[in-house]
Amino acid sequence: MNQLALSDEILMTVDNPARYIGNELNMVKKDPAAVDIRFAMCFPDVYEIGMSHLGIQILYDMFNKREDVYCERVYSPWPDLHKIMKEQQIPLFALETQESVRDFDFLGITIQYEMCYTNILQILDLSQIPLLAADRTKEHPIVIGGGPCTYNPEPIADFFDLFYIGEGEISYDALFALYKEYQKEAYSREEFLHRAARIPGIYAPMMYQVSYHTDGTIAAFTPKYEDIPAKVEKQILMQMDKAPYPEKPIVPFIKVTQDRVVLEVQRGCIRGCRFCQAGMIYRPTREKDVEQLKQTAYALLKNTGHEEISLSSLSTSDYSRLEELMRFLIETFQKQHVNISLPSLRIDAFSLDIMHQVQDIKKSSLTFAPEAGTQRMRNVINKGLTEESILEGAGMAFDGGWNKVKLYFMLGLPTETEADMRGIAELANKIAVRYYEIPKEKRNGKCQITISTSFFVPKPFTPFQWARMYDRDSYLGRAKIVNEAVKAQLNRKSIRYNWHEADVTVLEGILARGDRRIGQALQRVYELGGIFDAWTEFFDNERWIRAFAECGIDPDFYTQRERPLDEIFPWDFIDAGVSREFLAREWQRAKDGVVSPNCRMQCQGCGAARFQGGVCFENQN
Amino acid sequence: MKIRIKFRKYGVIKFIGHLDMMRYFQKAMRRADIDIVYSEGFSPHQIMSFAAPLGVGIVSDGEYFDIEVHSSLSSQDAVKALNQTMVEGVEVLSYRRLPDDAKTAMSIVSAADYQVYYKNPQDNPFSPEQWQEAIKTFYEDAAEILVTKKTKKSEKQMDLKQLVYCFQMDSNPKRPCFFLRLSTGSIENVKPELLLETFYQSIPTDYEPGKLQIHRREVYTRRSDGSFLALEDMGEDILA
Repeated sequence: MNQLALSDEILMTVDNPARYIGNELNMVKKDPAAVDIRFAMCFPDVYEIGMSHLGIQILYDMFNKREDVYCERVYSPWPDLHKIMKEQQIPLFALETQESVRDFDFLGITIQYEMCYTNILQILDLSQIPLLAADRTKEHPIVIGGGPCTYNPEPIADFFDLFYIGEGEISYDALFALYKEYQKEAYSREEFLHRAARIPGIYAPMMYQVSYHTDGTIAAFTPKYEDIPAKVEKQILMQMDKAPYPEKPIVPFIKVTQDRVVLEVQRGCIRGCRFCQAGMIYRPTREKDVEQLKQTAYALLKNTGHEEISLSSLSTSDYSRLEELMRFLIETFQKQHVNISLPSLRIDAFSLDIMHQVQDIKKSSLTFAPEAGTQRMRNVINKGLTEESILEGAGMAFDGGWNKVKLYFMLGLPTETEADMRGIAELANKIAVRYYEIPKEKRNGKCQITISTSFFVPKPFTPFQWARMYDRDSYLGRAKIVNEAVKAQLNRKSIRYNWHEADVTVLEGILARGDRRIGQALQRVYELGGIFDAWTEFFDNERWIRAFAECGIDPDFYTQRERPLDEIFPWDFIDAGVSREFLAREWQRAKDGVVSPNCRMQCQGCGAARFQGGVCFENQN
Repeated sequence: MKIRIKFRKYGVIKFIGHLDMMRYFQKAMRRADIDIVYSEGFSPHQIMSFAAPLGVGIVSDGEYFDIEVHSSLSSQDAVKALNQTMVEGVEVLSYRRLPDDAKTAMSIVSAADYQVYYKNPQDNPFSPEQWQEAIKTFYEDAAEILVTKKTKKSEKQMDLKQLVYCFQMDSNPKRPCFFLRLSTGSIENVKPELLLETFYQSIPTDYEPGKLQIHRREVYTRRSDGSFLALEDMGEDILA
């Protein structure tokens, strides 16, 4: 057992000391002296969130299968421990060996949402690694970022040596080989980064320079050397059957967010919703083999002892072998008292039948994500769900005994009008009307409809990447219109309405489509004490406003402008697989309110077919 | 049939709280294929009950929980199966069959033994003789030791003299330490920290809990003749 990095006194004072001691079941133990590369894999949020992330588990397993690499885990110390570590100058440590991150070869950080950016700076600071990549030497770890936010890494480019664009399964072998060469030979850190930038999917921000027009938009974004690609290609795993998948995931002692085994059934989504970044950057949709999934499910449950399994994908209803897989899981595991946790399936006869078998109807609720309140607005965002199908699904469920419905919508979508806002309340009311059509003696008391709205944030590599956003007051005004419309409905007593904070939305918008100049403001926010900004109790908008002002950054430049079609975006150096022409075409169709069929109905020529597989080549030999 | 399991908790696992240890063993039962009985109802749970919660930071050689099983391996094989799936810091020590009419461990616990020592011997402010003298004054010669125990809802006065069955210096020459036998259980529960804090205040000297390691050694029930019986001795090994 390793000596802990923190003293008993500290561990007895902080919340949840189990976050910091490692030693969980299935944790990988290796002799650090016997490996060439020590990799600290970080999720920059609290342990319970970070441990629930599948991507890290996949890479942890894959790296540790190599004899020459020891991959360990790092999460953000909670503010109580953060304070102690700063005061006592305790360097941040990895859970496995409890040794300091600054002595590792790599610090890999997965970047899943914009509001964790200040936590990235916290990780670097507590690790006692210089915040700016330019200030690091050969003594420091290579700091590399991955995950969905790296599809626009520019706001955090100053803090990273490298970014890995795309799916982690592909290019790490080449990067590790280069790193071993760098350790043996006498070349500089800069030379290493230069060479790394030639590996497919690896982006080294310091190897590129940006110039700006006087209006603040980008004039040019170019590599500093001729042997570095102008476009960094996203990496993608096409042979899903040969994909490594962790069959012995770590089992935390404390209850984490995802307290169950997770079975990834496919990557990508055929739907093409125009607001959804995941639906674009993970193209093409690739399914996993159902027989392999069955075996993996068995091994996962046996190796962890978990009492629950859930399926992971962007749209599980579109997995072509779903019915077979669900029936297998229920037949095999239900008698072993394993809960089958259902992903949000499209509500239809099949999913209701499955839900009947695995859920307590009295406790469970139906979830619909129409995303917009009117058919016009749903056509704009290309969300295929129609009012008829929602009412039909809800009706079937009500007849089957359910009486709780959750509805998810977005406000602030491009072209949104007051009618679209009010449509949200009206749709909820129609669902309630459908419920009360059931004779009183046959229904199960009142129905409970919960509406939740979030405010839309345009993301890179989506058809809405050109769209403008609104300010805080405008967002809250939209929520108010919905709220008033809910109160005006006949069945208002059966409908509850929740809406999100608007300050965070505006910030997410700035960070999602920001450029390199944002980095200095981020650093300023951290200096002003900003950490855990994804947590309402720690978020302080004033810090951000102050930092932007001090750094001379105009937030409206990033949020309030509809971009011209030919504007150079900070993320244009990335080739995400979908072409800019396709995205622009979809942007126009959105404005025209024209729906685009999904990948299985009709190819839209997005560009992902060049990866030579997945849904693009289904039913073809 | 009813089974009583005894385990040891050491090293970093002392930072895992009672509820998380329960969750840990629920998963361990599944990994080791123990044929445990589940409750009825829509969300069945394993029939499992722990004897006496252990505070965070305390290590133990005598932790117990009871389960019910449909069928069972021999004690030896069950201990082996469970230990193959333990983390470092948890070790199953025994797995014994209880009489069918046995009451749950939780309801019969009446005492627990503890050793307490300085993690770093240099922090120890007194010699064994000085400690001995302090214990004599505080415990042996006292007619009563009244303390107010505060809970969330109420304050209650307890006489530690009646509830501390033994308080002495342990005869370990390398590491001087206290040996305690304390009333434990749902009725009269004395936490070792409470006794130690009261004791240190009586000397008086600073009570610095972070410097002391508390180690639970055994948990007992009390027989009608007043003698103490370790919980595992109420069961019998299942032979192959």
